[in-house]
Amino acid sequence: MDWPLTQMLTVKNLEVCYGAISALGDVSFSIAAGRIVTLIGANGAGKTTALRTISGLLRAKSGHINFNGEDLTRLPPHQIVARGICHVPEGRMIFSNLSVDENLAMGAYLQRDKARIAQNRDYVFSIFPRLKERLTQAAGTLSGGEQQMLAIGRALMGDPKLLMLDEPSLGIAPKLISTIFEKIVEINRNHGLTILLVEQNARLALEISHEAYVLETGRVVLHGPSPELRTNPELKAAYLGG
Amino acid sequence: MPRPHLYLLASLVVAFGISYFSDRIDPYHLDVLTGIGINIILAVSLNLVNGYTGQFSLGHAGFMSVGAYLAAAVSIFLAPKFLGPDGGTVWQQGLFFLGALLTGGLSAAGAGLIVGVPSLRLKGDYLALVTLGFGEIIRVIFQNVEKLGGALGLNGIPAYTSIFWVLAFVAVTIFTVTCLVNSTYGRGFLATHDDEIAAEAVGLNTTRYKIVAFVTAAFFAGIAGGLYGHFKMTITPTGFDFTKSIEIVVMVILGGMGNTLGVILAAVLLTLLPELLRPIAEYRMVIYSTLLIALMLVRPQGLFNFHLGKAKS
Repeated sequence: MDWPLTQMLTVKNLEVCYGAISALGDVSFSIAAGRIVTLIGANGAGKTTALRTISGLLRAKSGHINFNGEDLTRLPPHQIVARGICHVPEGRMIFSNLSVDENLAMGAYLQRDKARIAQNRDYVFSIFPRLKERLTQAAGTLSGGEQQMLAIGRALMGDPKLLMLDEPSLGIAPKLISTIFEKIVEINRNHGLTILLVEQNARLALEISHEAYVLETGRVVLHGPSPELRTNPELKAAYLGG
Repeated sequence: MPRPHLYLLASLVVAFGISYFSDRIDPYHLDVLTGIGINIILAVSLNLVNGYTGQFSLGHAGFMSVGAYLAAAVSIFLAPKFLGPDGGTVWQQGLFFLGALLTGGLSAAGAGLIVGVPSLRLKGDYLALVTLGFGEIIRVIFQNVEKLGGALGLNGIPAYTSIFWVLAFVAVTIFTVTCLVNSTYGRGFLATHDDEIAAEAVGLNTTRYKIVAFVTAAFFAGIAGGLYGHFKMTITPTGFDFTKSIEIVVMVILGGMGNTLGVILAAVLLTLLPELLRPIAEYRMVIYSTLLIALMLVRPQGLFNFHLGKAKS
């Protein structure tokens, strides 16, 4: 099969089932290096399923996932992380009994280069200075926004080529949501990190992304540059509240 | 030398010291101390699985029985060959016993691997069921192997277990588990416990972690079984049934899951309690159970657990 080389991640005809129930049916999308691409859609559209399948937490029934010219479809999660895809799971799943410092250390779990780990730590602290203040605190005692920062910071410790964020705005104080989204843009712009963003808040996601795919009940129904989709009348009616 | 190694060395010296003066200690007290030691080994090792790694094993007595039977079989069938008719010197005996214990421990670890590899891919309650089933299967097997005494059990095991061996292995167990969970590698156990999905997402092979925890715990359960057999000098399949597993799980829960110090104290308490209640024999089990219920109501996070509980996710 020929893969377009400019694309970092290509998902082709992906089909995923939970038992007998189909969650994704024939989904294809691709992400070019250095871009922020977003998957938007209502509850149950299959956004989270798509992310989890890419990171290997779920198995695809059929279809292909290609990352930088390599087929990931049958690899276990830890090998996918080793290839440079870091996943920030939905609901901020941090290690609540470990300290902030230890959580970050877990993020660099597969990284052996000590100097690189220190460099990444400094980088994380430069983006989220708040984490440095709370270094020894148990992660479970952080506020929701801080936990999300920690989850993103932990993923950055893994030195990703592609960062996948699942609902970073979920359950966070509105004031902090905009901070976190600004940071996401900053990470992308200043460091060229490619980002795949799954978000229910379509307006926000379209504002910061370059490209968007709209999922509906396990299918891609719309695809285009984000600024264009922002003015799309159908989308406006369905997701952006008129 | 890092501190934990110093502690280990100090404990071994203390174990040797106590065993040196053991003939001056009341034999009953020595017996109770041995029982406490064996229970500490069992509880601390199970805590690695049920506490730190967040899995739920109900088959610890099964692994203990594997160790007990294999170590006893080595002693009974091979001791005359290796040590000669006079039983050998103290040093020869000690070395031989160490070999028997390690045989028991490694066999239990092997059993742990066989049970663990297929079942640890499962999540949650399935592991409890599989290990529960394993414990029963192993009991039935020992009950039906004539060579190992069948339902009558194995008798005439040489009394090699001394307080030195018990205390030494208590020290080694605590040392191993503590070093394991406090290491960079060991943080993976806690991460698996806190959130399995997140642990996988940062690149942990959680199945491998669960297997390492499970096999290590099985190894020490096997050692504890070996010590137990050479202490009681007789073992029966029914001595390692489901109730024994539950007893160890209770120690872990009472001590506070994932808290080694608490689990040690709980093992001491739960071994001493039935002994202290001996004078009121008829009411012993009633009081014992009532106390357990009361303790669980008052301190559900574990008697000695002062850490932060698992935060809501």
